[in-house]
Amino acid sequence: MTETIPTTPPGTRTVNATPLLDIRDLHVGFVTQKGVVPAVNGISLTIMPGETVAIVGESGSGKSTTAHAIIDLLPGTGKVTSGQILFDGVDLATTSDKAFDDIRGNLIGFVPQDPMSNLNPVWNIGFQVAETLVANGRAKKGKDAKAKSIAVLKEAGLADAESRLRQYPHQFSGGMKQRVLIGIGLSSHPKLLIADEPTSALDVTVQRVILDHLATLTGDQGTAVLFITHDLGLAAERAEKLVVMYKGKIVESGPSAELLSNPQHPYTKRLVAAAPSLASRRIQATDRGLSEMHVAPLAGAEDVDLIASAEARAEKLMGVSSAAPAIIVEGLTKVFQINTGKLRSEPFTAVDAVSFSIPRGTTTALVGESGSGKSTVARLILKLETATSGSITVAGKDIGSVRGRELLALRRQMQPVFQDPFGSLDPLYNIGATIAEPLVAHGVGTRKEQQARVRELLDQVALPVSLVDRYPNELSGGQRQRIAIARALALKPEIVVLDEAVSALDVLVQAQILALLTELQTELGLTYLFITHDLAVVRLVADNVCVMRKGQIVEAATTDEVFDHPREEYTRELLAAIPGSGIQLGV
Amino acid sequence: MVWYILRRLLQVIPVFFGATLLIYFMVFALPGDPIAALAGDRGLNPAVADALRVRYHLDQPFIVQYLIFVGGIFVGDFGTAFSGQPVSEILAATFPVTLRLALLAVAIEAVAGIFIGLVSGLRKGKLFDSSALVVSLILISVPIFVTAFVAQYIFGIRLGIARTTVGIGAPWEDLILPAFVLATVSFAYIVRLTRASVIENLNEDFVRTATAKGLSRRRVIRVHILRNSMIPVVTYIGTDFGLLMVGATVTEGIFNVPGVGRTLYQAIIRSEAPTVVSFVTVMVIIYLVANLLVDVLYGFLDPRIRYVK
Amino acid sequence: MSNNTPLSRTHFVAPLDETPLVAVDKVSVNAKPSNLYRDAWRDMRGRPLFYIAGAIALLAIVVAAVPSWFTNIDPQFCNLDFSNDPSSGGHILGYTKQGCDVYARIIFGTRTSLSVGLLVTLIVTVLGVIIGALSGFYGRWVDAVLSRISDIFFAIPYILAAVVIMSVVAREARSILVLSLAIGLFAWPSTARVLRGQILSVKNSDYVTSATALGVSPFRVLLRHVLPNSIAPVIVITTIGFAGAIVAEATLSFLGIGLPSEVMSWGKDISEAQGDLRNNPMTLIWPSIALSVTVLSFILLGEVVRDALDPKARARR
Repeated sequence: MTETIPTTPPGTRTVNATPLLDIRDLHVGFVTQKGVVPAVNGISLTIMPGETVAIVGESGSGKSTTAHAIIDLLPGTGKVTSGQILFDGVDLATTSDKAFDDIRGNLIGFVPQDPMSNLNPVWNIGFQVAETLVANGRAKKGKDAKAKSIAVLKEAGLADAESRLRQYPHQFSGGMKQRVLIGIGLSSHPKLLIADEPTSALDVTVQRVILDHLATLTGDQGTAVLFITHDLGLAAERAEKLVVMYKGKIVESGPSAELLSNPQHPYTKRLVAAAPSLASRRIQATDRGLSEMHVAPLAGAEDVDLIASAEARAEKLMGVSSAAPAIIVEGLTKVFQINTGKLRSEPFTAVDAVSFSIPRGTTTALVGESGSGKSTVARLILKLETATSGSITVAGKDIGSVRGRELLALRRQMQPVFQDPFGSLDPLYNIGATIAEPLVAHGVGTRKEQQARVRELLDQVALPVSLVDRYPNELSGGQRQRIAIARALALKPEIVVLDEAVSALDVLVQAQILALLTELQTELGLTYLFITHDLAVVRLVADNVCVMRKGQIVEAATTDEVFDHPREEYTRELLAAIPGSGIQLGV
Repeated sequence: MVWYILRRLLQVIPVFFGATLLIYFMVFALPGDPIAALAGDRGLNPAVADALRVRYHLDQPFIVQYLIFVGGIFVGDFGTAFSGQPVSEILAATFPVTLRLALLAVAIEAVAGIFIGLVSGLRKGKLFDSSALVVSLILISVPIFVTAFVAQYIFGIRLGIARTTVGIGAPWEDLILPAFVLATVSFAYIVRLTRASVIENLNEDFVRTATAKGLSRRRVIRVHILRNSMIPVVTYIGTDFGLLMVGATVTEGIFNVPGVGRTLYQAIIRSEAPTVVSFVTVMVIIYLVANLLVDVLYGFLDPRIRYVK
Repeated sequence: MSNNTPLSRTHFVAPLDETPLVAVDKVSVNAKPSNLYRDAWRDMRGRPLFYIAGAIALLAIVVAAVPSWFTNIDPQFCNLDFSNDPSSGGHILGYTKQGCDVYARIIFGTRTSLSVGLLVTLIVTVLGVIIGALSGFYGRWVDAVLSRISDIFFAIPYILAAVVIMSVVAREARSILVLSLAIGLFAWPSTARVLRGQILSVKNSDYVTSATALGVSPFRVLLRHVLPNSIAPVIVITTIGFAGAIVAEATLSFLGIGLPSEVMSWGKDISEAQGDLRNNPMTLIWPSIALSVTVLSFILLGEVVRDALDPKARARR
């Protein structure tokens, strides 16, 4: 190992403590045929022993690349081009591959992002824990490793660890897999744990429990944590210090509370304004309805200020909610036959006697975690699936038996926007053809009129008309979602079903799309069915909320009521899971 | 696992009946008289022809012929070859030879293919990888009878280190050259398949996590990359059994290996249609059984298949 | 600015001129429009292998179409006086045991190989695409029935099926078309399976659901959205299948059950030359080279197409 003697640049050291991790002017790039593409451009940060530091940034900000550079796990052609990564005084940037085997796992633990793909599907859980212990010299092969694996899993919060050793990853839920991965990451009691978005693939309530557990474990062991996340609220809640990254650089860093209450850099201001968790907390903190409150927008973040757009919406929609319902759902039930793999199938009730109605011109949110049946409700209303029982009335007409021409007329009134911005547009259709498709399918207008309508729609969703002959793969996720919205609006529908329409987007883009949706609603008098797992977003865009769990609606009320006076335990749990509950916010 | 095997068994049954029925239907419906074809251009004594028709039940209606055949299979009777010998007897004598040849070939293609594919995948873009790719493409393109003759010429005639025809009792050392020939095409596919899955697995999240856990690179490659890359290879070997049997027919014919393949080869050359049909049917059954075995093996390799929720 | 380096407990703000803000989600407007097929075409044109393999394949096609451009020797004219003679003026590859011109037979055999290749590919693609598409897109009982049927056809390796058909069929009925049917009727299930699998995954993508919800009819959805997005792997296996069909024809001709005696075929020539492997190996080697190189050119084309169309394959390069 090469011991580098740190040449202390002026002002990088605090007086009496040595940092555990000291990154100095780190540059990371990816080698391509056209030269090195920089991903991280000269960042410096320190983590003290036992401290939790969070790096916050959007996708492409370089936050994960930084984390991977520390433990020499950069993907593909990535490499550290200059700078130092001092860990306990040793420069990791120049450490040999062999020496790294002793550092990884042993001194630096790692908890990856997606629990689904980070355990090897062909080995059982016990094997994967035991091999970690053996490789790091924490246990001898065989009985010893088995006993210690059980201890590791118990500590990670798997009560029935013993019986689960021989099970395989696919027999575990996402939350349980993440517990296993946390157990593996901490099994050798490392000095530093790198947690790369450890819970973003999990349901919010699970996320909270797991992060609490992680905090307890690292607190007990005195482990320092480098926490990578895109969620500013979550970061502030979990870390003492925040580092905000933007385009490979650190734009702002400091104590969490200080950074949130007093953001200085315009980018941080934007993030603060656009994070739904923070915005909903702030609304909550005022203890008033949206229509009555007034928050001064953060200077420099006008275009993505969620509260500002929510306010504008609330003002414009005052008194609309008394209108006749656009959609009435009564006793809706959907039973699927699930193949058990044992030569027979079992009934599974995905949607169980659901009833609600959506007043014209308003937004009703259907909130629930994965498997709650919320998306099935959307598919039933869109008549992509046939209900087992119950009725759906759209604009006064029961859609249960509509067919042919009538179904076409129904489709004209009601259009969908789906979640995946990379899947919702046909990659072989150019943008013009995509937006024009509903017009062609319904035979509306001549070719010329259709083209004119496409241009009008592009303008409405704030995209340049020059995009008509481009293809979806050239656009960003947010832009694709705008196209999907334009297509949904082409036939001038009354109702738009938004199935997780903003969930896959980066926060700033998400804020923009939410603002666009709000604007379009007030302008065109649209009725929205807004399906989401994110309660924080609901606070900003919905008039009414239905909380779904295991196929049933457990609570339905106006947004203010649900947030201010939740009746059900489950709703309270969901509310508590919105990150940022422990943060003091300057309103 | 029990449920998995049971399900696969249940799927095989209709395929078995369908495939045998299909073969018999083809024989029945096609223009042309298998007995006449037998005699070639010389023509056949009508009395002999009639006797042959009765022997092969060709005088019966189609469905009766089929039922007689299928019924026979269940009691180990695959009909009678043109020589008058029962097919089952010929099988008893020839099948062990073919099995040895096939096992040798599969062992060669699997061991060599997986090893070279692994090294190729780990050294993507390097000289070894490019050479392996070029060689594998060439091997895929050369038909097996050409490979067989080239091998015979080089190793048998030119270098004289192998016999061009297999001796009586088909000793193992004589089977090596035919086994290599039989293994070539599949070897090339296995190299490419292994390489592809190794490269894919190298980018898997769980491989990165395994490294992050502190495992050595050797162990990551052996336990996490190689093990996972075997799964598609095993599936391939299963579906490849069809190609293997065609290859065995040609290879055994050329090298004179006294196996099932040579029997079929000679029946084809001598235009003994009924024997051809019997032996193709036998091969289809072997193919189905082999696929079933490979599926079971697949279940052992991939726990996601084995345990149904 | 010197004390703005991030410290543990202090609030650091990067100078704005070093970290300028870019508008959120900016649209880049000046690029060439591109999609999968356009990109693939651009990618293929940048690869030397495409030109090499394409040139050989093209040459084979021209030879097959107008063999007389390449030789004026009658391949059917054989004189035992020249049996196994080496090459001599005008007969560059020498003579077979029967005293026929090896080069002329190779030139005229090309047409047989490529005709069978083309016919089989047509049969396989038409059957495979129709059955695979219906089975993948409509699902339920249509899928159950078609999948079982394709399982049954898949259970009989296509060369063995062709062996049965060609053994049974009357000698006088043997022809290029019958041979192609014999191979093609049993070779389609892999195409159908690949397409079915592809359609199953494409069918569930949001753009297909969107199209249905927008009011596009199911058949139009299949034709306009699902098929174009699932056909790429079919293009790849069709190219490689072309090579496979050529090999199948050669194998059957080698076994002596492919084609009527007056039709020339590389497989037949190889079969006839096998007795002379010791004395005159070149009469076997030349047609073998013609066969292997032609097959190789189509395999290589398939590779290039796969690399261009399959982003995963591109990453493996």
